[in-house]
Amino acid sequence: MFRRLHDAAGERVPFTVDGRAAEALAGDTVAAALLANGITVCRNTPVSGAPRSPYCMMGVCFDCLVTIDDVGNRQGCQVRVAPGMRIETQDGKREIDR
Amino acid sequence: MSAEQRSDYDVAVVGGGLVGSATAWGLARLGQKVAILDEGDVAVRPSRGNFALVWVQGKGLGMPEYGAWTRRSSDSWGELASLLRDQTGIDVCFERPGGFMPALSEAELEDRANQLKRLHNQQAMLRYDYEIMDRAAVAKEMPFIGPDVAGASYCPLDGHCNSLKLFHAFHTGLNRFGAAYLPNRRVESIEHRDGGFRLTTAGGGEVRAGRIVLAAGHDSARLAPMVGLSAPVRPERGHVIVTEKTAPFLKFPVGYIRQTDEGGVMIGDSFEDAGFDTTVRSGVTSTIAERAISVFPLLGKLNVVRTWAALRVLSPDGFPIYEQSGTMPGAFVATCHSGVTLAANHALALAPHIAAGKLPEEFDVFSARRFDVPKAA
Amino acid sequence: MSDIKTAYDLAVIGAGPAGLAAATLAARQGISTVLLDEQPAPGGQIYRSVTETPVRDPKVLGPDYWHGAGLVKPFRESGAEYLPGTTVWSVSRTLEIGLSREGAARILPAKHIILATGALERPFAIPGWTLPGVMGAGAAQVLLKSSGLVASGNVVLAGTGPLLWLLAWQYLRAGAEITAILDTTPRANWRQAMPHMTGFVRSGYIGKGLKLLLDVRRKVKVIGNVTALRAEGDGQVRSVVYRQGNGAEQRLPAETLLLHQGVIPNINLANAIGCAQSWDDAQRCWTPQTDAWGATTVEGVSLAGDGAGIGGALSAEHQGRLTALDALHRLGRIDRQQRDRDAAPHRAALEKAKQGRVFLDTLYKPAQEFRVPSDDTIVCRCEEVTAAQVRDAVKLGCSGPNQAKSFLRCGMGPCQGRLCGPTVTELIADARGVSPAEVGYYRLRPPVKPITLAELASLPKREDEIDAVLHH
Repeated sequence: MFRRLHDAAGERVPFTVDGRAAEALAGDTVAAALLANGITVCRNTPVSGAPRSPYCMMGVCFDCLVTIDDVGNRQGCQVRVAPGMRIETQDGKREIDR
Repeated sequence: MSAEQRSDYDVAVVGGGLVGSATAWGLARLGQKVAILDEGDVAVRPSRGNFALVWVQGKGLGMPEYGAWTRRSSDSWGELASLLRDQTGIDVCFERPGGFMPALSEAELEDRANQLKRLHNQQAMLRYDYEIMDRAAVAKEMPFIGPDVAGASYCPLDGHCNSLKLFHAFHTGLNRFGAAYLPNRRVESIEHRDGGFRLTTAGGGEVRAGRIVLAAGHDSARLAPMVGLSAPVRPERGHVIVTEKTAPFLKFPVGYIRQTDEGGVMIGDSFEDAGFDTTVRSGVTSTIAERAISVFPLLGKLNVVRTWAALRVLSPDGFPIYEQSGTMPGAFVATCHSGVTLAANHALALAPHIAAGKLPEEFDVFSARRFDVPKAA
Repeated sequence: MSDIKTAYDLAVIGAGPAGLAAATLAARQGISTVLLDEQPAPGGQIYRSVTETPVRDPKVLGPDYWHGAGLVKPFRESGAEYLPGTTVWSVSRTLEIGLSREGAARILPAKHIILATGALERPFAIPGWTLPGVMGAGAAQVLLKSSGLVASGNVVLAGTGPLLWLLAWQYLRAGAEITAILDTTPRANWRQAMPHMTGFVRSGYIGKGLKLLLDVRRKVKVIGNVTALRAEGDGQVRSVVYRQGNGAEQRLPAETLLLHQGVIPNINLANAIGCAQSWDDAQRCWTPQTDAWGATTVEGVSLAGDGAGIGGALSAEHQGRLTALDALHRLGRIDRQQRDRDAAPHRAALEKAKQGRVFLDTLYKPAQEFRVPSDDTIVCRCEEVTAAQVRDAVKLGCSGPNQAKSFLRCGMGPCQGRLCGPTVTELIADARGVSPAEVGYYRLRPPVKPITLAELASLPKREDEIDAVLHH
């Protein structure tokens, strides 16, 4: 669980997660925005289906993989939230056409 | 008594790659006391660079016996997989759905058709079913085929496996049979004495065995003359690309593109004379990538997680060398560049002969003496 | 990508303190310099978001962090080109950089390259570490710096090392609550660190460090001599189980568990280039081999900062300048005498910055049980391979990590061993009874970060490379 410091300043950025409306702070990465919105699991692994969430936040662990605007297996911690971005949590292996 | 002090190995197999492991496993299964001498973690290790195909089509042009040998291995591969699963619990994921070799132009398709015709017209060639399919026929099996694909040659005997699991299964099986796997023991010299062999290894170790099998990849070239044999093999570099794990979409091996049971897509292939240099060249992998996208445009979006370059073990004509020494009976050499396809033969067909101490006449065609004979004009 | 030149004299990879300092110095001397970095803003990890953090109150993140801001302005005015949002996935022996930007890949040649790719947190594999809610302390720091987010609910910190205490201090300044700190610093380390105490006392670290530690200990429950850790929960972490010394197991509720046991060089790019690396037994990590100027064993490639050996942010800055001076010399811009002359103040500053590090390294050296985990621990997160499986592979005769990779797939995932390599090496070394130096490390190859097949397909190809595939 993560909460925003009350004096964290910035614009709000609307986006969706699995179709649901959510809000980020300008400058948030997708991974940070998911955590800020109380989403604890961002994917299930392709090997065993185990739940995972961001681990390193610096692009080396590859656990924060999510689908962004129909492109799968993107590292959430390496992408900044843009207005209207569509994030989807992932289940297992990447699909060939997404 | 440490493993190396035992002097009663029936067979010492030099090389723990695919050829060595398969042969050693086959020998151990027959009750032979086997030692495998292997190098260490960082060595040439050509077996690591395989494509995991169990492939029949197209093989044997210039040596129909190789075509038959390959066919035989493919036909007994299922048996090998069952035996390994029963013994070790490891499923090596052998599938034989048939394989496609794509052609990216009408000319390429025609070349391919002619090549296969010549192959099958060879005298003594053991023929098998194959089909030259046009684009429409290929698209029926794989609707996502790219617009540049003109057709493909298809053979129902082609298949693939998980070669890492195969490797793991052989080693687990060897362990269960009580074979001695001795790593970090590069063989420095081999002596023939007292009706057997004495191998000295790096670091001053020694292993004695009644018979030896040289299955040391490129290093067989150095070792073979020590026992009156010849294995003039050279390295040939091939690059491979591996993608992230993807939901299953491709069940057929397609020549140089296949999807593994784990989900990753393996993409090859290339051929360069580069000595022992395994540096990855981005221009080569780029060409491989471009061709793969022509075959399956969908692949373009996938992330590449690994690329590597590995060294095939090639004899002058590309065909295997299986031979026993005339001057030092009990010494054998076994080398090939299709270690996965031929694993079943090595384990189930070759090993019994080595156990018996003699290769029958049908192996004469694979002797290195063939390189001494000037080619017919 | 029309804004990138076709080639540069000097390419610096990584916009942390070493990279910023190196690029600034080199560009000021007039050679064409480009700084490439993955992140959208400068600072690397230690100074992450220093130009745009939403945490405006400087007392929260502290003066050491804000020092980083002082590196950015000089860089921006130096004349160096800056390419943020750029992933470097390879560097060839002929110094061609493979990069990816906005979904398009290209090759960028340079005459000299400085890798300033920094460090990452040492893998801290404990049973349950893959559960959602468990993350690195460094990750929590990124969330704080970049997004003003703090963990809430039951928050447990566990491990050892300066960063763990710094995070705790920053959290307290931000008004966040910490349930407990489980300190895994081995008791024996104090004894071993004592001989290096004088150096530490003389350094700048002691004043700040002690104050920080005391501040934290006053306000947070610290449980010392922790010898075992486990995260438990169904689908996410709910509690952390620990042992003190040989004591009984105890349990703490935790919705967030932040792990940290030091940082180690991020060696993937250097390894993939072919730079030789060696095992540093004191720091228990692999480090690329460099000379006094940061030159690696690959001609034209230098390394500066934590990527060449952990020394902290200030050391990184001074090293960056030294490596840049050497690059200027190698490129013929300055002669040897000028290089050595100009280097003097930076060498002195570097020596000063290094003071006290040995004490910290010795004190915070992670315990064996956290470097060589129990059987049921996942060691390779990507392929979900356990410590037991690695030990079994050793029993089958596997003598090193590359063979282990072939047997088990560990190291074959997208992280390319960043989170499993050190653990796998130490596991094999422990099982074989030899040193990690003898066991070795994964042999890596490009791309060190994923690129799409389409991007790869778009790269330039030489005639002989095309022939190798299509006309052999």
